[in-house]
Amino acid sequence: MMLLLFAVFAITLVGCSLMVVLHRNPVTSALFLVVAFCALAGLYLLLQAEFLAMVQVIVYAGAIMVLFLFVIMYLNLKRDVEDGLQFALRRGAGWLLGILLLGTAALFLSRGWAPGATTEASPPPIGNSAAELTSILLLVGIVGAVVIGRGRAKPPGSEEPAP
Amino acid sequence: MTPLIDVDWWALGPGLALSGGAMLLMLLEFVPAGRNSSRGALVALASLLAAAACVWRVHEVKRALFDGMFVHDTFTVFFTLLFCGIAALSVLLSWDYVKRMRINQAEYYALLLAATLGMIVMSASNDLITIFLGLELMSLALYVLVGFRRSRLESNEAAMKYFLLGAFASGFLLYGIALLYGATGTTHLERMAAFLAGSPLLSNPLLLMGGLLVLVGLGFKVAAVPFHMWTPDAYEGAPTTVTGYMSAGAKAAGFAALLRLALVALPDLQASWKPVLIAIAALTMTVGNVTALLQTNLKRMLAYSSIAHAGYVLVAVVAGGNEGAAAAVFYLAIYSLMNLGAFGIVALLGRDQDEPVLLSDLAGLGFKNPALAFALTIFMLSLGGIPPTAGFMGKFYVFRAAVQAGQIPLVIVGVLNSVVSIFYYLRVTVALYMEEPAGEPTAVSRSIPAVIGVVVSLALTLWWGLQAHALLEQAQRSVLGLM
Repeated sequence: MMLLLFAVFAITLVGCSLMVVLHRNPVTSALFLVVAFCALAGLYLLLQAEFLAMVQVIVYAGAIMVLFLFVIMYLNLKRDVEDGLQFALRRGAGWLLGILLLGTAALFLSRGWAPGATTEASPPPIGNSAAELTSILLLVGIVGAVVIGRGRAKPPGSEEPAP
Repeated sequence: MTPLIDVDWWALGPGLALSGGAMLLMLLEFVPAGRNSSRGALVALASLLAAAACVWRVHEVKRALFDGMFVHDTFTVFFTLLFCGIAALSVLLSWDYVKRMRINQAEYYALLLAATLGMIVMSASNDLITIFLGLELMSLALYVLVGFRRSRLESNEAAMKYFLLGAFASGFLLYGIALLYGATGTTHLERMAAFLAGSPLLSNPLLLMGGLLVLVGLGFKVAAVPFHMWTPDAYEGAPTTVTGYMSAGAKAAGFAALLRLALVALPDLQASWKPVLIAIAALTMTVGNVTALLQTNLKRMLAYSSIAHAGYVLVAVVAGGNEGAAAAVFYLAIYSLMNLGAFGIVALLGRDQDEPVLLSDLAGLGFKNPALAFALTIFMLSLGGIPPTAGFMGKFYVFRAAVQAGQIPLVIVGVLNSVVSIFYYLRVTVALYMEEPAGEPTAVSRSIPAVIGVVVSLALTLWWGLQAHALLEQAQRSVLGLM
């Protein structure tokens, strides 16, 4: 069962990661990245690192991906195929970094540095209600800013500007 | 494997219901509604009811939630129900008021729910950090609510003043929390008390300074003199229903946190904080009442009167012990009710967007609108502490607790102040019945929900005046959680 789950998550992860790099449309790439993050979270769950899995989904799939999408949408989306000298340089740098990463991974694996018996991986059950409260506090802050800072053009039902 | 979150969901219910309600209100904005839609008020009422029902279901149990940061005990239950009641009455009073003032937006009710959640958090907190977070949640929502009539200059001014001074007070509170943490090594109230019990550090300047700064922060929220400067301006500029809500809710929440802090965390420091509180109580009553005498604006007068009432509650806090704390809680419940009623009636006055709030605007209403004038008279008598009303019972128990605790001079100051206060409360009655209107008498809105709200407050003010012991028993039970 575990092996099957591992296979599913791992194949999804590798497949989606490849699609991120290979797909031509940046938005589609970003969405594949989301799936990849979720698959990674599944792997964490299999390793019984529930907290890490949750954070992976919340922080990476949630927050960081939104940031990615924002940046992509701010950039010019019309040119989705790039070439020229700059692109060649970038491609070279990409290869270099990829080889470096593989080399490091190989080094770690050959030395047997994979973590042995892990200690308690998860932090204690989430008892920090301060975080949840802070999120509501921030939400109220945002709503307040919108209410106070809303433009002069008002929707029906709101107050009319003073003479 | 232990579940990731191990809590009593019913005890957590109010928080979930209120934050869920607030978010639902904002999501509902995607579905357009007319300017006179009552949808926001209905959703707000429903989530307040759900919150009250959740906490009522577990009102007999005592729980520590989230690693002891919150505590669910009789004190929490009493204040949660009180805050839900205050907010529900405010929703009823706001129902047509916001339409008349053209501020009928979902955010109004969402912020009201968020502020209520902040108040509940303050009363349930067993840790200085969560007290601070609750206070900020409440304050942030209130700053915006005060400035909700954005096209009105006074409303903007009020919000600005409240925000700047409030942020300043939060700074004091936070600094005080840091010093208390530095002196005791914990922000948890019970652990702090355990550390201080029999400790030789009781006169440690770090500790005293910390306690004092926290007192400043909370004193600001309950509008105690000398931290009351913002009150008249904020109360006058805010939409009247918001004024009623914050005068009742924010004050009760500030006192809830103060009571828990003083009686749970720092009872060993009594010798140090009592003299300070005695001075503040005497000052608060005197300055509030004397300044209220000079007001011609009804909202400003009620603002100063609310300052004075904070002084009466402080008398009960100073009296301390079971009786004093119970009297404080009892008084807060009664005060909230009659003050909300009074502001509710002020909110009923006027036509369209203008708000007649001068005392002279009341002239002649006694005959033109006898029911409204009668209700306002009862609220004024109750605020002044005249017998068949709840206000009398409240003052009676506060002063009795103080006499039993041996605070005779403070009681004398308090009683003298009550006498002074009767003068300006009766001036309202005089204006209602004995003055001729200069021109057209003031128009009165006929909003059904608001009338229901006023009638409920009126009935309870009279009922508790005659049958106070039921509420008093609840108040006494509630403070057992603190001892």
